Amino acid sequence: MNGNEGRLIVLDAGSGMRALGANVEAAEQVDVLITHLHMDHIQGLPFFAPLHNPDIRVDVWGPISTTQTLSERLNRYLSPPLFPLRVRDLSNVVFHDVPPGTFELDGIQVTADLVSHPGPTLGYRLEESGKVLTYLPDHEPALGMHNFPKNPEWTSGYGLASGADLLIHDSQYTDEEYSERIGWGHSSYTHLLAFAAMTGCRTLMTFHHDPDHSDQTLDEAHERLRATSQGFEIVAGTHGAVIDI
Amino acid sequence: MPHQQQPVEMILLRQLASYLAIPMWMMDDTGNLIYYNEAAEGLLGIRFDDVGPITSENLVGAWHVTQLDGSDLPEYDFPVVTALSKRKPAHQAIRFQGMDGVWRAVEVTALPIEGQGERFLGVLATFWEVED
Repeated sequence: MNGNEGRLIVLDAGSGMRALGANVEAAEQVDVLITHLHMDHIQGLPFFAPLHNPDIRVDVWGPISTTQTLSERLNRYLSPPLFPLRVRDLSNVVFHDVPPGTFELDGIQVTADLVSHPGPTLGYRLEESGKVLTYLPDHEPALGMHNFPKNPEWTSGYGLASGADLLIHDSQYTDEEYSERIGWGHSSYTHLLAFAAMTGCRTLMTFHHDPDHSDQTLDEAHERLRATSQGFEIVAGTHGAVIDI
Repeated sequence: MPHQQQPVEMILLRQLASYLAIPMWMMDDTGNLIYYNEAAEGLLGIRFDDVGPITSENLVGAWHVTQLDGSDLPEYDFPVVTALSKRKPAHQAIRFQGMDGVWRAVEVTALPIEGQGERFLGVLATFWEVED
């Protein structure tokens, strides 16, 4: 995400980090907002070029823990034998443990809150000039709910996503797949649509597709999603997609 | 939080409670009663949907509570109040009159709920009916 002040905010650090890193030479400040430390959300971090460029300051933000700091937890991965460098070798990188709450990055208001997913997992709401982007890549809002989606006050993620201009949300499973993966921390298509409708978002970007779903499967699924959704636009999350909020 | 939503820890706790046969009662960080489960409804003498949520102000006196021997029990000695104000677990045997008019004797255990980041979220209490 590029804010009005030119600050680059990166949401999670997956495999796309390497390609992104090649295009941020001019940036003086990069913020990486990590939702949780599952490997698919941090695996690209050590290959992000700005981490190794002392002229670029990188702030990495991630969920708080009761036992170790974010830096200590990431150091399990960013250290030998898994990686040749250690966290302490990255002099231009600052790590921040993020409790639920709000902080500001150059006029961009960032609200973090824990959401329903195995292990402490944050979702993020970014607001600037009245525009709202909400990022909930791994989210199972219907887990154990008898009356989903009838009660926003008791629905995980609602506070972050309410009224978002762009909601980027977990869309991993078909309904059939979800029935065999309840509690794995992801959404079915039906739950995704119901959650998006509850929030009153303007645009829903589907994200965190199941890696076993082919392009054809996803195209067909999105046709069905668009046919049944009401009140918001659906954009399929794809590599390199650009959206102007 | 820009829009009203319970903390996810309390959401998940409520979902768990709704599946259990153990009577459970939940209060938020300011002492408002935000949920009790179906098993608790039998003890409290009224369905949650018919009475709750209840603000902390209205909660005082909603149920008549005494010590097990029938003597007065000051409000500040209620286990849920102790867990709320001192943020420590509390346990006590009490008698109370349900909203169905029936007096019951129960053991109450109240636990403060603390989330990561030293966030006090509220109180969870369980009830166990005992021989009066």
